[in-house]
Amino acid sequence: MDEQGTMEIERLYPLPNPDSQPYWDGLRDRRLMLQQCADCGSIRHYPRPVCDQCYSMEVHWIEASRRGTVHSWSVSHHAFHPSFKADLPTTFVTVDLEENVRLVGILRDPEVTLSIGTALQVGFEDAADGAFSIPVLFAA
Amino acid sequence: MSDGLFEKGAITGIGETAYTRGSGKSDTALQMEASLKAIDDAGLSPKDIDGVVPYASGSTVAEDFITNLGLPDLRYSATTPLGGASCVAGIQAAVSAVATGLANHVLIPIGRNGYSGSRIGNRVQQMPQFRTIGEYEMPLGTLAPAQLYSHMARRHMELYGTKSEHFAKIAMNGRKHAAMNDNALRQAPMSLDDHQTSRMIADPLRLFDCCLESDGGAAVIVSASERAKDMVRKPAYIMGVAEGHPESPSAITQRPDITTLGTAKAAPRAFGMAGITHSDIDVAEIYDCFTYIVLCQLEDLGFCKKGEGGDFVSSTSFGFDGDLPLNTHGGLLSQAHIVGMNHVVELVKQLRGDAGAAQVKGARIGLVTGYGDMGDGTVAIMRS
Repeated sequence: MDEQGTMEIERLYPLPNPDSQPYWDGLRDRRLMLQQCADCGSIRHYPRPVCDQCYSMEVHWIEASRRGTVHSWSVSHHAFHPSFKADLPTTFVTVDLEENVRLVGILRDPEVTLSIGTALQVGFEDAADGAFSIPVLFAA
Repeated sequence: MSDGLFEKGAITGIGETAYTRGSGKSDTALQMEASLKAIDDAGLSPKDIDGVVPYASGSTVAEDFITNLGLPDLRYSATTPLGGASCVAGIQAAVSAVATGLANHVLIPIGRNGYSGSRIGNRVQQMPQFRTIGEYEMPLGTLAPAQLYSHMARRHMELYGTKSEHFAKIAMNGRKHAAMNDNALRQAPMSLDDHQTSRMIADPLRLFDCCLESDGGAAVIVSASERAKDMVRKPAYIMGVAEGHPESPSAITQRPDITTLGTAKAAPRAFGMAGITHSDIDVAEIYDCFTYIVLCQLEDLGFCKKGEGGDFVSSTSFGFDGDLPLNTHGGLLSQAHIVGMNHVVELVKQLRGDAGAAQVKGARIGLVTGYGDMGDGTVAIMRS
């Protein structure tokens, strides 16, 4: 990293595959969808083909509560791709969801004072060109 | 088998190019230049090299070394795809090869135009091990290592009271040593105020918490110990070497404990193999892509307990003449980013007593780490 550290990124779009398509479809439909193992019931994220608890490849999708608490966060003052410059400074929050998995979202609530354990709620936002939707965060 | 690879191999040759921002040379040329220097330093001919461990994230393959160096009979090749932990993992692979007789002299080269070519940040999304964050995190705008690692640093600060001033001490220490090193890119003095007023990149990480991006090459030769003792240079015997991978290695945010690195798994293995304790370490070259990553490794290596890194940094002098001489070459933060092979080379120089102005007096046992790919950690312990 250095003073001029701008990146040339070919792709800033998600490229959903059969394992992850329901997650992205869910965000577009304003629902937070998570994988649940059809055999042992473990909930996992990010989407992937195998349950690391029982090794089953059978999965179904559940709609998550959208409730969580702050695990950590970071405030970006430098955009590593030109398309994110207009959004600076950007607060990225790692959230512990009630479902015991984590999610990264952009904080969209200026009233929130962050500390570990602060309760937040997941919302949705269309990415700039409307090609996909992302999770954003507000006070619970 | 805890002593598995104990002193089965040694580093017998080292080579470095000039470290620059704008080499005017190809990545391959940088690697070959460093390799030839290392082979020459070892008193060998390229014809003696029968093993090579190219950089997995780089632009060369074993075939390039056969072609350029005319290697007559390459018997062993492997890659160790652990990002910044690759070079020390390469040592583990090389020692495994010489210990089993698969090869006698293994070349571990690295070299790239990290500044003038494809920038370090740019590479992240191109690596298959980052496919996961490439899909789920990067489209939000959190894509560079500084951004991704800052979540680890912030939680550490919140849980344990770690301060930016602790990070500053690590940055200032690197700069002080770089100023003593002719082959270092950043030599202007850095004050606490300089650090604290440097531009915020990804809070809590400021510009001076982030490593450089550099052009250059470095290489080492690992030889079987029974051969090393008769070679021209004083061997740096590898007493212990190990790699460790954290849970959720590809996505930091899904890791149960984001304040612990793969280093925590590797360190007990490396120390156990070496049969030494922390107080035996005369000099430590610790991978410093970011200041926080050094502090976290000090904990995960066992120099202090988890959460005590801030206090440990405050109470320890890291100068070449200090309690725990640290990054005596200037590190990635102030010498150059040569993927940590510059750390390996520096440790060997220290153990040879050939480290110039920042030579640690009487250095006999030293430690070098690698760290990369969002959490992988590698550790090697060597002695003269």
